[in-house]
Amino acid sequence: MDTAEVVQKVVFDSGEAAAMVEELRASYRSGKTMSYEWRVSQLQKLEKVTEFHEQEIVEALRSDLSKPEFEAFVQEIGMLKSSCKLAIKQLKSWMKPVKAKTSITTFPSSAEIVSEPLGVVLIISAWNYPFLLSLDPVVGAIAAGNAVVLKPSELAPATSSLLAKLLGEYMDSSSVRVVEGAVAETSALLEQKWDKICYTGNGRVGRIVMASAAKHLTPVLLELGGKSPVVVDSGINLQVASRRIIVGKWGCNNGQACISPDYILTTKDFASKLVDALKSELENFYGKNPLQSKDLSRIVNSNHYARLTKLLDEDKVSGKVIHGGERDTSNLRIAPTILLDVPQDSLIMQEEIFGPLLPIITVDKIEDSFDLITSGTKPLAAYLFTNNQKLKDHFVRNISAGGLVINDTTIHLAVPSLPFGGVGESGMGAYHGKFSFEAFSHKKAVVYRGFSGDASVRYPPYTKGKLSLLKALVGGSLLGIIRALFGWSKA
Amino acid sequence: MAAKVGFDGGDAAALVNELRASFASSKTRSYEWRVSQLNGLLKLATYHEAEIVDALNSDLSKPEFETLIYEIGMLKSSCKLAIKQLKSWMKPVKAKTSITTFPSSAEIVSEPLGVVLIISAWNYPFLLSLDPVVGAIAAGNAVVLKPSELAPATSSLLAKLLGEYMDSSSVRVVEGAVAETSALLEQKWDKICYTGNGRVGRIVMASAAKHLTPVLLELGGKSPVVVDSGINLQVASRRIIVGKWGCNNGQACISPDYILTTKDFASKLVDALKSELENFYGKNPLQSKDLSRIVNSNHYARLTKLLDEDKVSGKVIHGGERDTSNLRIAPTILLDVPQDSLIMQEEIFGPLLPIITVDKIEDSFDLITSGTKPLAAYLFTNNQKLKDHFVRNISAGGLVINDTTIHLAVPSLPFGGVGESGMGAYHGKFSFEAFSHKKAVVYRGFSGDASVRYPPYTKGKLSLLKALVGGSLLGIIRALFGWSKA
Repeated sequence: MDTAEVVQKVVFDSGEAAAMVEELRASYRSGKTMSYEWRVSQLQKLEKVTEFHEQEIVEALRSDLSKPEFEAFVQEIGMLKSSCKLAIKQLKSWMKPVKAKTSITTFPSSAEIVSEPLGVVLIISAWNYPFLLSLDPVVGAIAAGNAVVLKPSELAPATSSLLAKLLGEYMDSSSVRVVEGAVAETSALLEQKWDKICYTGNGRVGRIVMASAAKHLTPVLLELGGKSPVVVDSGINLQVASRRIIVGKWGCNNGQACISPDYILTTKDFASKLVDALKSELENFYGKNPLQSKDLSRIVNSNHYARLTKLLDEDKVSGKVIHGGERDTSNLRIAPTILLDVPQDSLIMQEEIFGPLLPIITVDKIEDSFDLITSGTKPLAAYLFTNNQKLKDHFVRNISAGGLVINDTTIHLAVPSLPFGGVGESGMGAYHGKFSFEAFSHKKAVVYRGFSGDASVRYPPYTKGKLSLLKALVGGSLLGIIRALFGWSKA
Repeated sequence: MAAKVGFDGGDAAALVNELRASFASSKTRSYEWRVSQLNGLLKLATYHEAEIVDALNSDLSKPEFETLIYEIGMLKSSCKLAIKQLKSWMKPVKAKTSITTFPSSAEIVSEPLGVVLIISAWNYPFLLSLDPVVGAIAAGNAVVLKPSELAPATSSLLAKLLGEYMDSSSVRVVEGAVAETSALLEQKWDKICYTGNGRVGRIVMASAAKHLTPVLLELGGKSPVVVDSGINLQVASRRIIVGKWGCNNGQACISPDYILTTKDFASKLVDALKSELENFYGKNPLQSKDLSRIVNSNHYARLTKLLDEDKVSGKVIHGGERDTSNLRIAPTILLDVPQDSLIMQEEIFGPLLPIITVDKIEDSFDLITSGTKPLAAYLFTNNQKLKDHFVRNISAGGLVINDTTIHLAVPSLPFGGVGESGMGAYHGKFSFEAFSHKKAVVYRGFSGDASVRYPPYTKGKLSLLKALVGGSLLGIIRALFGWSKA
């Protein structure tokens, strides 16, 4: 390498981070990001990014993940476009104050809830859907009127670089910035005082983010993960169910998605039918040589490849592979793999798999699967395939997860009227649709009064008469008030 | 006397385990259980008024009037509202689905978080302990309440009454101070609600971070009152006074902390305040039964230190009298203390009211926004433009135009802070939501399976799926007929 070409790279340290926050705060203080016009113009810019740079985005995702063009278009670009369009369409209504009911207690008065931006927010994105998971929160932050710093994942470097370039070109850099980097840069950012931090990733780093946020009393939105189970009952359309499981698992970045089915629970009696259906559909989807299929992402990097092969090769597990298991180390590929009845204490059942391995655990009665699920931490998603209404009700009532889907997988992500987020270990807070706007807003209570109708019962000196009348007012009962007015109440 | 067993980490862990087992049995989830517990709270607020009044008198010399209205009255309203609305709060809410996931239906199901910890404050020790408990129970959780040790009579009474009235398998009180609170904070909770100050708020959130426990932090700040000219000064003064000294003698999170007004208007305002103060508390306010005392000698020392700072002591224009043995300070007004004085650098939380004068009333907004976001901010004016400007530019937990503190009594409004004044909110339905998880649920059948989703991926499938995700009917039709660009 020619040392003359190596220009002194400015390290993004705490000082840089502080300066950036200062700059964005000043911009925010100027009131610029609060206007409807600014927000809409920025959202439209994001929409343009998706329209006019599709090829570059597809290429970056191919470079980072060997993500199939189809998935890049539909799940990353398409979803982000929808998000922009919805925000642009709904923004006026989201920004409107909402009238709140007042009662006789504060008569006469009127009240409303006014949504206002939080200020300057930090969005830390993930590597698996590096385009969508970077920009979807940005849509919410901007719609809510904030200044934004985005830190894309360094594990998806082509996308990170492309985001920096495109946002630099299209967005208002006084208020929207991208910081690229890894642990050092992220730590420098986390030391600063933000008005909100949104982090997408794993629970270990989620704790670090929240602990940093605690120093400044910064609220957080944590989109984490977990082991999303799929319970498969008998008496269902097995072909449709298998397809939906496969597309939710291997059709979502080859299982490297926060809401991918992690493992299956089914009865001992039904397992073989299910396995046959899965094998059959897997072949329909990916052919006889899935390692070669262009329709599957690769494993993101050698670290995760090593992690996954370790899960596969653990002694107590390696004999349980009933389908797949083939690998191609140089291309970071593992074929769609199904395992049957791995032990509960195996590594593969102790961590979120986040890859193309699908354990099937069998139980005697299908209801037993619920206890297994509730014995673990709350996942980001849980799925149930059944035609049994009672089982559906029982599942919805007793299984706590970020979100549930009956008879499909992952699609709740595409319903913007639903909050998307975790609970317990799988996260806190939610976004998507209007929830994105709310996640980055403060709902400010406002009460308006005039000077007439001043109830002197509030004021000292305190007397028994005033007391009974005020009690009635606070109680809100008209009868109580009348009684008090006429001196009829007990107090 | 039996040796008092310290409540340590082991005790805390055992307590949480017990409540977790109870929660896992689904006992707290039923509508019947929740309503019965809420009724239990309502009963204890109704049948033990005298004991509650006595406890608050012991802890704070709180006037009976304030206890009956602001502590008991507010808590009863909260219970009644929850009991009345619970069925509707518990109902799943249908969510709209689109052509993207057709055919499907969706809803948002509220479910309890599990086992929650509520750490209360000393200034409204009854209300601020039980109001969050109302929310936690309404939402179906098991609850541990840690009342403030700085209000020991109320803490003790709460332990006794909740022990009598509530289901102890799922609702418990832990009394104690730092050691006990720390032991509790080490455990894994499903939510922690803390009411108090920012220093401890950070400690609570840091503890919560270890377990990824979400928090509701109700903190404080310096709640300013901007007073414009051209207003009904008598009504405004009364409302300021009752919000300040009428709320636990200024020891309330949303009490007016300081006033901002113009140099021209200040003397009129001061005269009105002095006049109404005398109407309310007489010529010897130190003797008035209608004022709380300062809670304890620590806070008394803190407040007198604020008053006695060199740069401030000469600015007292009303009051300033003290009674150390009874922990009382008379309603005190100060004029134009320096911005860098102690009294302007921390939340006062007491009966001292600085008035800061500005040239133009609009200048006061810059002063407010130069500080951290308070829990509340107030404006007295008849000028519509000023109101709009205030609402648009002043960020605080909540705002009131032409009154103080009353937003607390509007249950349709979320009550909570922003920035340094807190995160999250409660009251009314917001209490239910604060202690719930809103679970997204999508229902599908097996018909209408769009094979466009499935590999092998083809251009035709791509254009159709793009159109489906885009949600535009036209786009779908075009794709179906092979007319789209992709």
